[in-house]
Amino acid sequence: MTMKENTPIERLYNGIIKENPTFVLLLGMCPTLAVTTSAVNGLGMGLTTMVILTMSNLMISLLRKVIPDGVRMPAYIVIVASFVTIVQFLLQGFIPSLYSALGIYIPLIVVNCIILGRAEAYASKNKVIASIFDGIGMGLGFTLGLTCIGIVRELLGAGKIFGISVMPSFYTPITIFILAPGAFFVLAFLIAFQNKFKIGSARKNQDGSTACSRTSCMNCGNRICSGRMAEPKTTGKEEKA
Amino acid sequence: MAEEKTLLNVSSSPHIRVKADTCYLMKMVVAALAPAAVFGIFNFGPRALLILALSIASACFFEAMMDKILHKPLSIGDFSAVVTGLLLGMNLPVGVPWWMPILGSAFAIIIVKMLFGGLGENFMNPALGARCFLLISFAGKMCDFTVPDNTFLTVADAVSGATPLAAVKAGEEINLMASFIGYTKGTIGETSALLLLLGGIFLCVTKIIDWKIPVCYIGSFSIFVLLFGGHGFDLYYLACELCTGGLMLGAWFMATDYVTSPITPKGRVVYGIILGVLTGIFRLFGASAEGVSYAIIFSNLLVPLLERVTIRKAFGRGGHAR
Repeated sequence: MTMKENTPIERLYNGIIKENPTFVLLLGMCPTLAVTTSAVNGLGMGLTTMVILTMSNLMISLLRKVIPDGVRMPAYIVIVASFVTIVQFLLQGFIPSLYSALGIYIPLIVVNCIILGRAEAYASKNKVIASIFDGIGMGLGFTLGLTCIGIVRELLGAGKIFGISVMPSFYTPITIFILAPGAFFVLAFLIAFQNKFKIGSARKNQDGSTACSRTSCMNCGNRICSGRMAEPKTTGKEEKA
Repeated sequence: MAEEKTLLNVSSSPHIRVKADTCYLMKMVVAALAPAAVFGIFNFGPRALLILALSIASACFFEAMMDKILHKPLSIGDFSAVVTGLLLGMNLPVGVPWWMPILGSAFAIIIVKMLFGGLGENFMNPALGARCFLLISFAGKMCDFTVPDNTFLTVADAVSGATPLAAVKAGEEINLMASFIGYTKGTIGETSALLLLLGGIFLCVTKIIDWKIPVCYIGSFSIFVLLFGGHGFDLYYLACELCTGGLMLGAWFMATDYVTSPITPKGRVVYGIILGVLTGIFRLFGASAEGVSYAIIFSNLLVPLLERVTIRKAFGRGGHAR
């Protein structure tokens, strides 16, 4: 599964599957846990974030040579906040139901870790087209994660999917799933399930040279790694370099 | 010769051992709970037996299922799943639908116990975790104490109306003697303060549980109620608070769970006091009449901290232990 880096397709695959912000990077947990009480809310939050993420990635990538390093964080915040304000007014004007359902979490997109994370880790170092697709990929991955959580929570907690009753009439909704604890249960189980499916391919990739790029195993947080894959291959080369 | 061999057996401490294993301890807990459970069946009718049986059987089933899935040795022989199932059943009202004890057992065993590593690793009491899960999810059914009319002994005012604890909170008079013996409403196993007290004292005398936790719990709760209950120094009111609701069941049988209570003696005292104060706050100032289950699971979460703070220093290290 090797792909050429920084191509649009690779960026989309990376955002949706490989580095899915919800299930793999565990970024943006505040909206993930708070607004996914129903599938529609999850989808709305995901798409809103995707629009802002794409626009901010575009703008930050364009300005990456202009913004001085020392003040890059305030600069990113100003850019993101401008887009959030625009989107907030658009939502208030055209989709007032979603606007009221998401509430405070729309302005809070400004401090969403995914957006600032992608700005810092990707858009400020890469070209414009790749940054746009990185934003779309990450946004779609976030939308996918939130919608999945929303569907499961709505199904168990209210017996509905996208507001349509799907459970048989004798089903008693388990209310806890649309309350705060349910968000944690569902997120944990979804991560466990997708790890179950991913673990096979992750083991295969362990032989690959890209598995670990660190020069030493000190201060490395990867507990699964036993240190065997990094050291014999890289130490010799790194010292020469 | 054989005797000499055993005498010369060199090993590190402990040198004196008792034969008590997990299975023995759990069986003793079941034995101590049995009178109150049997009284519950007697008080609420055959449906109570059905609820208890379903919850015990499903707890054992889910434990065996998770052992199978996680490739662990079968652990239902240690009776801990039976205790969890029995406690969960005793914490449910008699009128709950048949699937509720099964769902509760599934939550208790799969999520609270087995996913965290099984017996000894669970961070909160599985039975109480499941009770709170059900209480939050199905508040209406879990607080409906209506007794079906097929009881063996139908008490006239036991068919409808509030539980004694809710009546106490509302400031009404209750029949204290009936609450003490247990001819009242409530969950299946909590009504008889007398039998629970006897079971708890039995466990303390046989040193299955430490007396510090229940005594500090009930003591600090009593002081809290006398100070802030709004009735002044009124022993009758205090007795009403002590004999109603799940306080006895919680203090003697659920707060003392080995896994989720501190191992240090000082920690146990502090744990008991926290439990008492929290229960007092929840009961007197909270929206609902009952607060024992939330107080216990909340305190369960504090146990690792309490153990860290109250751990005994190694002898000779003075105040410099680090």
